[in-house]
Amino acid sequence: MTTIYSARKIITMNPSRPYANYVAVRDGRILGVGSLEELATWGAYDLNDRFAEKVLMPGLVEGHAHTMEGSLWQKVYVGYFDREDPNGKIWKGLKTTDAVVARLAEASAQLTDPNAPLSGWQLDPIYMNNQRVTRHDLDRVSTTRPVAVLHASGHIMNVNTKALKLSGLLKPGQNHPGIPLGDDGLPNGELKSPEVMTPVGPHVGFNRSVTDCDEMGLRDFAKLCVRAGVTTITDLAAQLTDESVGMFQRITGEETFPARIVPMRFFMGQSPKELLEMVKRLADKSTDMLRLGGIKIVADGSIQGFSARLRWPGYHNGAPNGLWYIAPEQLLEIYELALTAGVQVHTHTNGDQATDLVLDTLESALRKRPSSDHRFALQHCQLADAAQFRRMRNLGMCVNLFANHHFYWGDEHYRLTVGPERAERMNACRTALNSGVPTAIHSDAPVTPLGPLFTAWCAVNRITASGRVQGEAEKISVTEALYAITLGAAYTLKLDDEIGSIEVGKKADFAVLEDDPETVNAVALKDLKVWGTVQGGRIFAAADL
Amino acid sequence: MGHRSRRTDIRRGRFVTDKLPVTVIGGYLGSGKTTLINHLLRNADGLRLAVLVNEFGELPIDADLVEAKDDDIISITGGCICCSFGSELTAALVDLEKIRPRPDQILIEASGVAVPGVIVASVGLLEGFSAEGIVVLADAETIRKSTKDTYMGDTVTRQLSDADIILLNKIDLIGSEELATTKLWLTQNNPHACVVECQNGVVTPEVVMDSFLARVRAVGPHIEATNLDMLTLKPRGYSDVEKLAKELAEGGHGIIRAKGFATSFEGKQLLVQVVGRRWTITYTRGNVKDGIVCLGYKGMLDHAELDKIV
Repeated sequence: MTTIYSARKIITMNPSRPYANYVAVRDGRILGVGSLEELATWGAYDLNDRFAEKVLMPGLVEGHAHTMEGSLWQKVYVGYFDREDPNGKIWKGLKTTDAVVARLAEASAQLTDPNAPLSGWQLDPIYMNNQRVTRHDLDRVSTTRPVAVLHASGHIMNVNTKALKLSGLLKPGQNHPGIPLGDDGLPNGELKSPEVMTPVGPHVGFNRSVTDCDEMGLRDFAKLCVRAGVTTITDLAAQLTDESVGMFQRITGEETFPARIVPMRFFMGQSPKELLEMVKRLADKSTDMLRLGGIKIVADGSIQGFSARLRWPGYHNGAPNGLWYIAPEQLLEIYELALTAGVQVHTHTNGDQATDLVLDTLESALRKRPSSDHRFALQHCQLADAAQFRRMRNLGMCVNLFANHHFYWGDEHYRLTVGPERAERMNACRTALNSGVPTAIHSDAPVTPLGPLFTAWCAVNRITASGRVQGEAEKISVTEALYAITLGAAYTLKLDDEIGSIEVGKKADFAVLEDDPETVNAVALKDLKVWGTVQGGRIFAAADL
Repeated sequence: MGHRSRRTDIRRGRFVTDKLPVTVIGGYLGSGKTTLINHLLRNADGLRLAVLVNEFGELPIDADLVEAKDDDIISITGGCICCSFGSELTAALVDLEKIRPRPDQILIEASGVAVPGVIVASVGLLEGFSAEGIVVLADAETIRKSTKDTYMGDTVTRQLSDADIILLNKIDLIGSEELATTKLWLTQNNPHACVVECQNGVVTPEVVMDSFLARVRAVGPHIEATNLDMLTLKPRGYSDVEKLAKELAEGGHGIIRAKGFATSFEGKQLLVQVVGRRWTITYTRGNVKDGIVCLGYKGMLDHAELDKIV
């Protein structure tokens, strides 16, 4: 059965046939794109005009996100910026501690059990003059139930007195850099690193493995995808236990599940050999809607957390260099084994020294295990300079730059972490493309909201939260940005033969847009309305979710 | 109090003996952490050790010691266990608390890039545990070079500076002159740490774990390394326990570790612990006979001098 969809405009990303008004779909795949006369030559068809006023793009591809965003929406959103939830409700951004407390109190009032935990997420005091939320603030929400708020970074949590008591942390003499004390000598309720959050997590509704989403979270995550025009998305990274893989298989296999999920196995907790054996087993469990078999490594920390590894001259404010999460020897071993097995590896680096380590290590590994199309990717890679991008090209690497980060924390980097010059070159999309490095851009949802069109806007305009243009020379064009969120991202996942463009043989995955991203003003790209998606020929309207 | 105040405290009213003692074993890749742990397991001598490792890797435990293995726990001859924790150390510790029979001592093998001080700080957060020192292994042949590595140099330096005891391993691979130079270099750069030499990770367990020291008075010393010595101090009556602990740690008496009990002028019994140059005193139930076991270097542990200070 063939369906031909008409559209106001179809942006195909296929240069030999860049635009059209009709696309024919058969068995969930694209039979052809062109004029109605051309497509009619394939035989009988149904003409469907529901997209006649819409603009179709290839289904958007998010190359760096985490499914845990779906699960986080089960908690109270207390971020600074407006954000849309899986059901389409826009939660207004909260600008003061009082507003955060008020929203939590409102949620608290709706719970019947006075002792039930309550938690919020996405707090970011950077935008509130760095005013810290204390346990006393959160005690205004409740003194009977444990209350916690996770920061946007995911690495800091604020809790109330009850939560501190339950976890045994409310005592004098605490002597840990991650537990700041109040004037009374007791913890002030801020918990500043993952290991100090762990004892509290179970009491406040944050499970140990926040990286692994639950079933409801995965369904909600998929709804966010539809709202953002996304049809293929990564989960970077996951533990991928038998149980969670089973859940992923079951849910993504449902007739109405709208997004292809690409989870990558996190490198920690296994030796390189075990890791490779595991991902090879996982690859065999792949389906069309669930693509397993990739590896995610984390080399260093974050720049705003001062845990990224920087080259000279280091942090602008003089903070000591950051932390390594893998030793060069282990990195080399994983790279060599993966190259031998044909397994793709994505490596998180933020600081430029971490990027250097990856480049050096891959160069060594390739000398031993030459590989012509490995597509090892650098993820974030925020601080890379031009020479590093040239090396990436020479080594056959891809890069996935964190364009959204530039908007949310660019001012902070300029002022505090790396200083003006390096802040301007962060997430250097222009240099990446000029150097010939296959490039994608990403949200790292839930760190920033999922929305490739917003991500494209960030890369095109390079505007920071305070409204400054930071790094004029690293801007890219709208066309380049649209490529980065479709074929560019698909290439980094080795899926560019199946998705990323609208052309014969590929999956019938479309982003259905209310307006034309190529003709709206570049500064309005982020406001472009998404009607929904078509995924594998199935139609998903955001309004019907 | 103590040499580094961030990790010392007096937990008033708490009985430290209820807590699970934890030793963190750090050091860069190839420094011999796994060999040391196997050696300790082999010589556990009735103590139930629980070893936490980042990953099982190339079988971290010698095959002949393994009784059973599943995904994240290995049962070891003599009632010991080994667990892998991946990136969730605190969670693994919380799980260990529930294990019965209770382990006597926990060893955490830090990853090659971990900064052990960070791990100890996290252990200190958990009610049921007490961190009893950081032991960092250094490969005698490569340690000086590793601290100059472009990528890992500062990490290795931080590992050493966190150590209470530096085990200078693989001393058989270098000549005596180089050994002397390396030892001097380590001591000068890490004045708060004790440097103990060893080969193939073979060191008397008392150096690594207080638990062994604690039973010396009952079952006698377990000493095997020829360069080590041990004695038991018997405080006579009430003493200034804080001053005593400080003296043991910082007085240049050649002490590597010390553990035992002394009674204060107020008549309260305190647990005294010394590891390297760091000391702690902790209130206890106070029904043990006073006495402090000291482990030190042979020829440097000054018995006569030490007897005078108690």
